Amino acid sequence: MTITRRNGTLVWHRRARGVQFATWLTWAAAAALFVYCWQLISQKTIWPFVTDAPEQAADLAARMVPPDWAFITALWRPMWDTLNMATLGTALAIVLAVPIAYCAARNTTPSAAMVRPVALFIIVSSRSINALIWALMLVTIIGPGVLAGILAIALRSIGFCAKLLYEAIEEIDENQVEAVRCTGASGAQVTAFGIVPQILPAFAGISVFRWDINIRESTVLGLVGAGGIGLPLNAAITTLAWTRVSLILLIIFATVIVSEWISAKVRHAII
Amino acid sequence: MTAVSDAPRSWIKPPLIKRGWLRWSLGLGVVIYLALALGSMDVNWTRVWEGLPRGARFFAAFFPPDFTGRWHDISDGMLESLYMTVASTVIGIAISIPVGLGAAKNMAPRFVYYFCRAILALSRSFQEIILAIFFVKLFGFGPFAGVVTLSFATIGFYGKLLAEDIEDTDPLPLEAVRATGAGWLQWINYGVQPQVMPRMIGLALYRLDINFRESAVVGIVGAGGIGATLDTAFNRYEFDSAAAILLIIIAIVMLVEYSSSYVRRWVQ
Repeated sequence: MTITRRNGTLVWHRRARGVQFATWLTWAAAAALFVYCWQLISQKTIWPFVTDAPEQAADLAARMVPPDWAFITALWRPMWDTLNMATLGTALAIVLAVPIAYCAARNTTPSAAMVRPVALFIIVSSRSINALIWALMLVTIIGPGVLAGILAIALRSIGFCAKLLYEAIEEIDENQVEAVRCTGASGAQVTAFGIVPQILPAFAGISVFRWDINIRESTVLGLVGAGGIGLPLNAAITTLAWTRVSLILLIIFATVIVSEWISAKVRHAII
Repeated sequence: MTAVSDAPRSWIKPPLIKRGWLRWSLGLGVVIYLALALGSMDVNWTRVWEGLPRGARFFAAFFPPDFTGRWHDISDGMLESLYMTVASTVIGIAISIPVGLGAAKNMAPRFVYYFCRAILALSRSFQEIILAIFFVKLFGFGPFAGVVTLSFATIGFYGKLLAEDIEDTDPLPLEAVRATGAGWLQWINYGVQPQVMPRMIGLALYRLDINFRESAVVGIVGAGGIGATLDTAFNRYEFDSAAAILLIIIAIVMLVEYSSSYVRRWVQ
């Protein structure tokens, strides 16, 4: 915040001149980068296909209504599978994420030099590879079905849960841990009565949050053969049964809204 | 020393949920659900058992990762992914700013609020792949469909968090700026923006990271980027090239993560 005198009046500026100049320069550089990227994408785009998109959209929309409501009887089972993939996958991920988070947090790790980098690498690789790619590999290994979906969801979620959990562990109040230790508690007791109660709310919040995300993720795993609502969706799209596609999209939309509502309610109740 | 208190000498940790019936019925519900879910899962265990040695061979085929054999395709796809990431993050955030302002309760009138919230809900409920399938259909194969997909997904994520952050702003500076006679734009720029900016820059970097990771999969359905290369590598059983691609993705995500924590510290 600076004030300069111009023609005898005081003028207020939010930033000093140099800082203001640097800010503008950063924005200009960012804008140039964006234009450069956009130009390269534009070169690879067939523009006639883009310009006729409104007609295509209108055509597609006309084919999608009315939804084929009778088809819903065939969707209960895939929907149940989808929910199971999300729920069991999240549960498995949490079970596996706890020890990894414990090893990754600076204040609880057994060895900052040896164990922590390994734990961090597991977290990053799990987070970097999308559930769909995990599913692609798992379907090749253990065959198509719900199990591949559960494992794909779990492998993808370990990194997310462990990362948020180890950050929560690093933020705990050390005084409470010390107080428990002063009573003569063993290492396991210190963890159970000093650390666990402090991270339990964060832990529950993370689980529900990830469950909510996983419902969304598990809707597409069927596209690569891992079960759930993605299977009928893929079948409907490949056979151009657009009235069925719209019904499936409506069901996904409703499920996601409900799961988001549940997750928000639970997180509000905990925090 | 006869007056020893009658208080119990052992202490039990109080239960997490105080109401007994709720605790037991929740536990029972979980057990019933697990029984139903696991019971309805038909797993072909012989197939799984047969698959395990195959899985070992599968992962053995990943090593050593082959960076050179398909380097041209890999670098092409990777650069395309990076362009898509930057373009879609910028476009998505640019659109999500007005949507986010409209979706904040303390900024917008009722009908604008519900309209913007509906856009956010729509954008958030569909996974990127489903969106990509439709956008590829509308805009043709190639990175343009991918950029539209990722931008659309960014609106839902960024707009929602922006709206929540705006709702949490301190009303006093807003009132102070308004009391100086500032116009609406000045009010937003000097009252709201400084309060939400630090967190929003961090979130923008986080979304950049997400968009990069998602750009690695939208290619599977034809929306350009490294995903197309990765899918081709899997289909040709060139697992060593696939391993190289996955390692590069992991390296870039790590890089973005480290630099984002650095940038966040620098901004705050």
